[in-house]
Amino acid sequence: MWKAIKRLTSFKNFYRFSGKLLPWFGAITLVLFLTGLYWGLVIAPIDYLQKDSYRILYIHVPAAWMSLFVYIVMAASGAIHLVWKTKLSEVIANSCAPIGATFTFLALVTGAIWGQPTWGTWWVWDARLTSELVLLFLYIGYMALHSAIEDRASAARAAAILAIVGLVNIPIIHFSVNWWFTLHQVASISVGKGSSLHPSMYWPLMVMTAAFKFYFATVLMMTARNEILERDQNSNWVREEEKNL
Amino acid sequence: MTNTSLKAFNAMVRRDFTLALRNKSEWANPLFFFILACSLFPLGIGPEPNTLEKIAPGIIWVTALLAAMLSLDGIFRSDFEDGSLEQQILGPHPFTILVYAKILVHWLITGIPLMLLSPLLGVILHLPADGIILLMISLLLGTPVLSLIGSIGVALTVGVKRGGMLLSLLVLPLYIPVLIFGAGAVDVGLGGLDTSGHFLLMAAILVLAITLAPLATAAALKVSV
Amino acid sequence: MSLNEFFYMGGYAFHVWTSYGLTLLLLVLHIVLPIRRRKQLLRRIHKTIKRESAS
Repeated sequence: MWKAIKRLTSFKNFYRFSGKLLPWFGAITLVLFLTGLYWGLVIAPIDYLQKDSYRILYIHVPAAWMSLFVYIVMAASGAIHLVWKTKLSEVIANSCAPIGATFTFLALVTGAIWGQPTWGTWWVWDARLTSELVLLFLYIGYMALHSAIEDRASAARAAAILAIVGLVNIPIIHFSVNWWFTLHQVASISVGKGSSLHPSMYWPLMVMTAAFKFYFATVLMMTARNEILERDQNSNWVREEEKNL
Repeated sequence: MTNTSLKAFNAMVRRDFTLALRNKSEWANPLFFFILACSLFPLGIGPEPNTLEKIAPGIIWVTALLAAMLSLDGIFRSDFEDGSLEQQILGPHPFTILVYAKILVHWLITGIPLMLLSPLLGVILHLPADGIILLMISLLLGTPVLSLIGSIGVALTVGVKRGGMLLSLLVLPLYIPVLIFGAGAVDVGLGGLDTSGHFLLMAAILVLAITLAPLATAAALKVSV
Repeated sequence: MSLNEFFYMGGYAFHVWTSYGLTLLLLVLHIVLPIRRRKQLLRRIHKTIKRESAS
């Protein structure tokens, strides 16, 4: 069974498999984004207190959720690489970092832009915002460490260790609003316990979240395929399939 | 820990401690930096006692943190360069035990002196006596964590040429919780509120760091060497 | 919601549109850059194969 898994996760098979999935994922992403944007920006009602400014929610929340999700994927992929030394997990971990950093940056910036009219301040040093900022530094540190070490294999393993060490930040970000009194809103949505958001706002948010997830999968596949092409450019399968690549 | 591991631990502690003491600049420079950097603040912000008193815990904590970080390079550098680190990894003793020993020595050489110097700096920055005591406790709990977490960063970057800046980039984000609770404990205590929450959290972070950090450091060193 | 209301966003036009605009920019960038890199890599591969089959 392990042999079958190792064969499935070879560069060549991943490349082929993701190549078939990519157009579908791209199309689904586009549809979800268009639906979510129209629903969130046009159809959804205005908030009683914040009027139209709350619509930033439809970007801010999915970006923040993705920043955490992508980091976990990156760290898990790194752990798989450390334990089983598979090549694909190394490629996936590296492909996660830039997009994860972008999601984190967007969460921070849209949060600041939203916070300014709502709370009167662009920034506050509470637990959630501070730990989200730390997350951005962790992503940047991952990329910096990986590019600083010359030997590619060592770089991948060192970066994987860093990613795993930084995992401790994720629960801090997630639970900080419950642990400390903070400016940031307490979680209104939780798995299993439903949400305190009104359905007219909840569903467009879910659509946008799905859109971001499919977007991430699409970008991840595109970036990973590029890295595979670069690493294997002199290999047999690339040469043979040259026309179909 | 088996008998031989304990002996190896003690031997490594004694060796590194002796080596560090002989290299005066390694332990003296961080302390001079600590004093100098703290002194810059009254010169830059103005010597008004009320202002300084309010920000003293933060200043002392940040400069202690930076001093500890600047001294981190010494933990593995010389052993890495002359090849002893490789021998220690390949040797018969569990490498993690040896890593523990090195981190302990770093804390003894850097962290404890920083803690002992802090009252002097507290006085310069007009920190009241209660604050100084709280400061020393917070540094006592916090500096081991700085050594432990810092060792992970050094281990990851020991093979990188001129990795000093990279080390800061990796280590400072992980230091932030320690700084927040350490300096926060002093602020809260001076305000008359209960500090037990802060100190308990710092103790918890310390326990977490002691148990997990050396594992990561050892793994990182095996990658870098 | 009329088109005017859409752009005006209840007075919060700057906030909403800066956020959405910045997001759109970065997300599009993360699609466009990999596409360009892919074309670069494929060109390099084709060139190498052509060079080797000619020799």
